[in-house]
Amino acid sequence: MAFLKSREAILAGAILLLLALIAWRFPGFVAPDNLARVFNDTSPLILLALGQMAVILTRCIDLSVAANLALTGMVCAMVNAAAPGLPVPVIIAMALALGALMGAVNGLLVWTLAIPPIVVTLGTMTIYRGIIFVISDGQWVNSHEMSDAFKALPRAELLGLPVLSWIALVVVALFALLIVRTPLGRAFYAVGGNPGAAVYAGLNVGRTQFWAFTLSGTLAGLTGYLWVSRYAVAYVDIASGFELEVVAACVIGGISIAGGAGTVTGVVLGALFLGIIKNALPVVNVSPFYQLAISGGAIIIAVAFNARASRSRGRVILKSAEHAS
Amino acid sequence: MNMQAVEAATRESAPVLTLEGITKTFPGVRALSEVGLDLYPGQVTALVGENGAGKSTIVKILTGIYQPDGGRIRLDGQDVHFPTAQHATTAGITAIHQETVLFDELSVAENIFLGHAPRGRFGLIDTARMQRDARALLERIGARLDPALPLKELGIANRHLVAIARALSVEARVVVMDEPTAALSQKEIEELYELVERLKAEGRAILFISHKFDEIFRIADRYTVFRDGELVGHGAMADVDESELVRLMVGRSVDQIFPQRVSAPGPEVLRVEGYSHPTEFDDISFTLRRGEILGFYGLVGAGRSELMQALFGVTRPSRGAVHLDDAPHAIRTPADAIEAGIVYVPEDRGLQGAVRGLPIFQNVTLPSLRETSRRGFLRMAEEFALTRRYTDRLELRAAALDQDVAELSGGNQQKVVIAKWLATKPRVIILDEPTKGIDIGSKAAVHAFMAELAAEGLAVIMVSSEIPEILGMSDRVIVMREGRMAAELEGEALTPETLVRHAAGIGEGG
Repeated sequence: MAFLKSREAILAGAILLLLALIAWRFPGFVAPDNLARVFNDTSPLILLALGQMAVILTRCIDLSVAANLALTGMVCAMVNAAAPGLPVPVIIAMALALGALMGAVNGLLVWTLAIPPIVVTLGTMTIYRGIIFVISDGQWVNSHEMSDAFKALPRAELLGLPVLSWIALVVVALFALLIVRTPLGRAFYAVGGNPGAAVYAGLNVGRTQFWAFTLSGTLAGLTGYLWVSRYAVAYVDIASGFELEVVAACVIGGISIAGGAGTVTGVVLGALFLGIIKNALPVVNVSPFYQLAISGGAIIIAVAFNARASRSRGRVILKSAEHAS
Repeated sequence: MNMQAVEAATRESAPVLTLEGITKTFPGVRALSEVGLDLYPGQVTALVGENGAGKSTIVKILTGIYQPDGGRIRLDGQDVHFPTAQHATTAGITAIHQETVLFDELSVAENIFLGHAPRGRFGLIDTARMQRDARALLERIGARLDPALPLKELGIANRHLVAIARALSVEARVVVMDEPTAALSQKEIEELYELVERLKAEGRAILFISHKFDEIFRIADRYTVFRDGELVGHGAMADVDESELVRLMVGRSVDQIFPQRVSAPGPEVLRVEGYSHPTEFDDISFTLRRGEILGFYGLVGAGRSELMQALFGVTRPSRGAVHLDDAPHAIRTPADAIEAGIVYVPEDRGLQGAVRGLPIFQNVTLPSLRETSRRGFLRMAEEFALTRRYTDRLELRAAALDQDVAELSGGNQQKVVIAKWLATKPRVIILDEPTKGIDIGSKAAVHAFMAELAAEGLAVIMVSSEIPEILGMSDRVIVMREGRMAAELEGEALTPETLVRHAAGIGEGG
């Protein structure tokens, strides 16, 4: 019963309604094959939104994820072009490490210098983009410069699904485990929900935020490799503006911008919601410009909805109401 | 009869503001019970009473922030009511609060006239006139301040003057001053007294709230004493002395029963030596034994909570040492304190206690995550078991342990916070105002539970501003005043009068 009233259930309902509407005009869209394609296409968004979720839970925001993704992707592509023999797992390990490093820089600035996260990540976002230009000289790394193994991984199929989708599924599961079942995950909620109380419970607020940023950066790094290898091209502006879509997925998924509230299920549904809109609109012949307006509308509806939900959860002042609850 | 006496008699007979039979009830608490208050033009009325006597409630009613449940307010003999703060201001009632609410980035003049700035053409703010008016106002209260100066460049005393100028920028007939000298230095206090004299001379009625007896006797013409939300005395200052005021303030309250305890303190657990902080407290030394309840009494702002926060590692002392079981212990973070077995139940449940939005069990296990996890993973079953063990003991009333803690009443939230700390199996528990703002029934439960904890051998430190609670629960009491230890009292020496005297700094003879 409680689940049916939850934000996640409402969002799932909205997604089903959306699919039904699309299916009414284009039944082909809801064919299992196509839905799997939509999921695969949304996988990078899901990966980044999970990292962003950890950051937002701790009352921060990470605007540098797309720049992190692009820089890591460029470094992976350039390393691959320079040393085609390097095994792909080594490149992935490098992507994870580089992404984590960039996330950790954000986290350290927020933790030790106590600079507002939006300012820190706005700065590092620009810096990371700038570094891409410096190391690549503004040049593209094109498909023919990349090794076959490098490009093949995300597209390889396993039990009918591309590896990219499998990676997203595994990361969702691991992330859910981290959030729900580890002290760090619990700390994310406590630090964002009530920083004062978290300090008194012996938690280190800054260090918890540092780990959230590092986690976000690590996932951005992983996505950087996947992105570049999937599209088989790397350039300065890849995933430009993608950070806003990532934040939007979190907000639509019910992650409170005020911190401390939200679920992994919500974030995945939020990302899927955006992914479905993005994939369906061209099919139903709606201009991509409307797509932005529809995404924007969804964000505002979701925020208004969350604001209303948190308002009704106010103090119980009436004695009778307390007994009733 | 000479002219002065006639004038005095006329003043006497015509209060500008009269409150009659004012009653205010909050859920579970009757804050004010049919109290009255008369304010006369050109006179200072001191409002005195212990913490929780209802002083701030009456100020909030006077200034339109709270609405009384019963009674009447009369201004010049006319019935009035103040549905909002704006109405009270318009009627000429203005308050200067202890912590002034001003804006750092705005200029002095802008602060003074915020919300009612003089307008010029097209409804735009007439800056020149605002500066002029501000200068005139500041001169009137004897403040030599440049109205164009940004507020952030002013010290506390000057900010106070700005707040006063702001209060006077609307034609104020009644000025309420809520502990205005609490944050001021001696020289600044003298200047404030002069200002009060000037306001008196202008015929304004002043309600002056203070805990400091010397200043009450220095500047007040009349007094009104509240105790537990009731009016217990009023009259002219000339007809009363310090002892009489203290007696009125503390008089035994009868309706609270404290658990009977046989105190049998065991060996020493905690010894604090020369604990000092650069700005908040100085040279605090005491010992604490197993099974003992040590009370910390003092006025609000005496440095008790600040001391406890330092003992818990939230802030760092500049000097001093902590010994646990005779071994020196460095406490640098709350995690260190929890590790060492010292826990702190803070006064402010909202900011420092419960994490709203998290379920009850996750609140309780927050400092015990290491105990409830295996190989880095939390075990929900153990979390529930640990939570149930302590919430059962505290008789927590909740629908389910995974209910959001924000849905609980204040008393039950407090139980969750206490359960959280007991679950860490502490040796020293510091309770800061443990029963503040909770209803009588929950209070009794908290008291009984404290007695039980002490009987089990836990060492308890209780910070409280309520005299009955301090007297009813403590084996020993340390009184703090202005960041220093004023007295350590036990046995016969522990009386309401001695507590108030030491806390307010009144000499034994007075």
